Amino acid sequence: MSELKTVPKAITGPSNFLDERLGGANFLKRNLRKIFPDHWSFLLGEIALYSFVILLLTGTFLTFWYKPSMMEVAYDGSYAPLRGVMMSEAYASSLEISFDVRGGLLIRQMHHWAALLFVAGMMVHALRVFFTGAYRKPREINWIIGVLLLTLALAEGLTGYSLPDDLLSGAGLRITEGVAISLPLVGTYITFFLFGGEYPGHDVISRFYSLHILLIPGILLALISAHMVLMWVQKHTQMPGKGRTNQNVVGAPFYPAFMAKAGAYFLFTLGVIAGLGTFAQINPIWIFGPYTPADVSAGSQPDFYMGFLEGALRIMPPWEINLFGTAHAGTLPLSVIIPALVPMGIIMTGLALYPFLERWVTGDHREHHVADRPRNNPHRTSIGISAMTFYGVLWLMGANDEISAFFHISLNWTTYIGRVMIFVAPALAYLITYRMCLGLQRSDQAVISHGVESGVIKRLPHGEFIEVHTPPAEDIEAHVRGKQPVPMLPVAEDAAGIPPKGMRGPLGRLRARMSKAYGGEKIPLEDGHGHDEHAAIGHGGEEEHAAVGSSDDDRSLTH
Amino acid sequence: MTDNEHEIEQPDERVPKRVIGTPPPGTSMLGTVEAPRAEEEVPGVTLQDEAKARKAEKIVALCFVITFLAAIAFIISYVVFQVGSPEATGASNLALGSSLTVAILSLAIGIVIWVRQIMPKYSLVQERHLMVSDEEDRGVVGRTFVEGANESGFVKRKLLRRTLLLGAAPLGLIPLVLLRDLDNTKMPGSQFNKLLRHTVWGEKTKEGKPLRLVVEGTGQPIRAADFNSPGGILSVVPEGYEHDLNALAKATLILIKFRPEELKSGVRQNWTHDGIVAYSKICTHVGCPAALYEQNTHHILCPCHQSTFDAADGAKVIFGPAARPLPQLPITVDAEGYLVAQGDFEVPVGPSYWERGDAEAEARAKGGQA
Repeated sequence: MSELKTVPKAITGPSNFLDERLGGANFLKRNLRKIFPDHWSFLLGEIALYSFVILLLTGTFLTFWYKPSMMEVAYDGSYAPLRGVMMSEAYASSLEISFDVRGGLLIRQMHHWAALLFVAGMMVHALRVFFTGAYRKPREINWIIGVLLLTLALAEGLTGYSLPDDLLSGAGLRITEGVAISLPLVGTYITFFLFGGEYPGHDVISRFYSLHILLIPGILLALISAHMVLMWVQKHTQMPGKGRTNQNVVGAPFYPAFMAKAGAYFLFTLGVIAGLGTFAQINPIWIFGPYTPADVSAGSQPDFYMGFLEGALRIMPPWEINLFGTAHAGTLPLSVIIPALVPMGIIMTGLALYPFLERWVTGDHREHHVADRPRNNPHRTSIGISAMTFYGVLWLMGANDEISAFFHISLNWTTYIGRVMIFVAPALAYLITYRMCLGLQRSDQAVISHGVESGVIKRLPHGEFIEVHTPPAEDIEAHVRGKQPVPMLPVAEDAAGIPPKGMRGPLGRLRARMSKAYGGEKIPLEDGHGHDEHAAIGHGGEEEHAAVGSSDDDRSLTH
Repeated sequence: MTDNEHEIEQPDERVPKRVIGTPPPGTSMLGTVEAPRAEEEVPGVTLQDEAKARKAEKIVALCFVITFLAAIAFIISYVVFQVGSPEATGASNLALGSSLTVAILSLAIGIVIWVRQIMPKYSLVQERHLMVSDEEDRGVVGRTFVEGANESGFVKRKLLRRTLLLGAAPLGLIPLVLLRDLDNTKMPGSQFNKLLRHTVWGEKTKEGKPLRLVVEGTGQPIRAADFNSPGGILSVVPEGYEHDLNALAKATLILIKFRPEELKSGVRQNWTHDGIVAYSKICTHVGCPAALYEQNTHHILCPCHQSTFDAADGAKVIFGPAARPLPQLPITVDAEGYLVAQGDFEVPVGPSYWERGDAEAEARAKGGQA
């Protein structure tokens, strides 16, 4: 096959037309070969992005048949067991999509799976950004947009979950109402405004429908676009490695490699979702029957991303306060308010504020484009794992009835254990992670300072056996050497024992203490031999020394 | 020594175990491992071996042909498989879904092989600049802002500024005001909680008789004499409201028959009939129907968050997040021996809310006066 010498006519024609009117060549000149760094973890956010596109497409398909109405009708569709049963039009039309539209069940199941993948993709993407410190300046704004996206995605999931109006979705709606009405002062108002009066009323489905297909996706679309534009303008972070600095970006060009890869990745996401929609049944609404507030099926479970709220509700002790006794005001159902607001508040507020808190503690105002390896900022990583554990315990407790049935543990004991673990497990996770990070840093130090075990055993003239160490591969060494000390505030006291300005009040002292703990270099890469000596090992002249080391070296390698 | 050096030169041994998160050793990400290079110098575009590329081309073409066939299979399946019964729908779902999955995945795999085996390996470098604009531009923008602000007179003309803010403030409230009629009860907000305090059990039939208890689902009224096996349990709704979801959301009952000696002090005896006790089925935690009952222990369990109530002792909470007992409904029998409500619940049913107050204490106080 011959190769192109010039741009073919079929492309020059339309592109001339466009360029004369829009002047896009300048933009394309700069951006067609835009460089995208490569690392598997950079693709996690794309899962969420592509799931969102699939949600828009499958969701639009579903709206062609779905009727957001709570009017009671007698079902007369194809599903025999429910024929003649009174149900809402919403449920009847959901059944119609499932049984009377070809491909309807597939698309409905794909929509549900894509929703799960959307939230899951956002979560793992957020974790990647957190643990590599990719939220640091100049990306704080994009990080906050991300937190908003995650929050909105939960709201989008909640409103969508209620639309089929089957018994399971109704149970979720009932819990939503119970939580909303518990809020101090405004609870009854919010409930009456949302449901158009008392629960369940006749309006909530159509209202959730507007929110679910118009308002929330509209905001999501706008924020996702902003997220993409900022990523494009600020350029992607890159992992530390050879030739990668804060002033450059190394990788593959958008056209043609990254473009094709991204297209393939979209197709993979779509293919996996289609496979799940085909082979993994999800939300079989016809089994649950129509919603009635008088019934519930045992083992009702929300979608996974709501599990942590469900778990929080389950392990909460029965606390309720009546501030003004028998007066018709002042009831605080803490057993609902606390689990509904506190975990979500801790996680979302914590996420949003973290870049700013970290900057306050470290005093780091530089731009960062090279990602951290999680081990190299041990406190950040420990905080992250601790938060994940907190979330994870709540999430597991959201299925405590299933755990109890599966492992034959008393249901009450799962709850008691959950009440303890919610405090103990995050603390333990913090300690263990911190130690692991330092351990991994030590192993990096060993690789840089002493080289890698070569598997070659050598006998010395006086009879001692040693293993020869060799320098690490160059790309791995560059990757490890990308480590930067965590910045620290100038906290040292002057000669008179007076701390620097801004660290004197109680808050300032706390800040200085936190900065000292959070920042600094805990395990330097070179363990005192210095760089020269390391270079010498590379020449193969002194490998014995590197291998045997002094007794100090041995200690530094083993603890 | 020489032997040893020779050994060391083996590339296999130079490479430590891969650390998760590190780039693969020896790939072209940043050049090869042998020759040391200056920090900035990286190879750009490495072309693929043509023989390998030709082999990959065939595999990619095969993938694309599979996509073509699977897409055709999808269209055929759409025509061939009809939906309707669960079995037919299942077959259609399987045929459509698997052909779609194969078509899409095969296309994806083809493109990935294309990128990895046929397109060159890239390691291009682009400069990155600080996001901050240069001082001069910032200065110009600052001056322009000041000039514009002064030209507009916004700073100098106080009256203009203040009246604009005055006008804008209520304008911003309009969208909120417009939402007031989201609530269809046409009641002032302070009355909402009055609605929550009552259920339809306080109503009377058209003939002025108290409402009968009827079985949920069948609508059968319950003759006390027929509901006579101890440990029996029924889900009960008010007569005439069997399909009124708003009524059911508060008025659904759980009806339990006890042996007289099983009842403890928490149960209001004069609200029972012949060992039959009626509790609200709506959990006092967040409102799920407390639908599970364990006969031996007399425990009512809410499946949503596992609040557990002792039915023999006034449905007081013995486990879980619910803070209050399930309210007991006063019942009796009418002239024909059917169970009826004596009246409404004494306290609000379902989840707590701000305006609820300590309704139990209030009821006790009232009872004491009576």
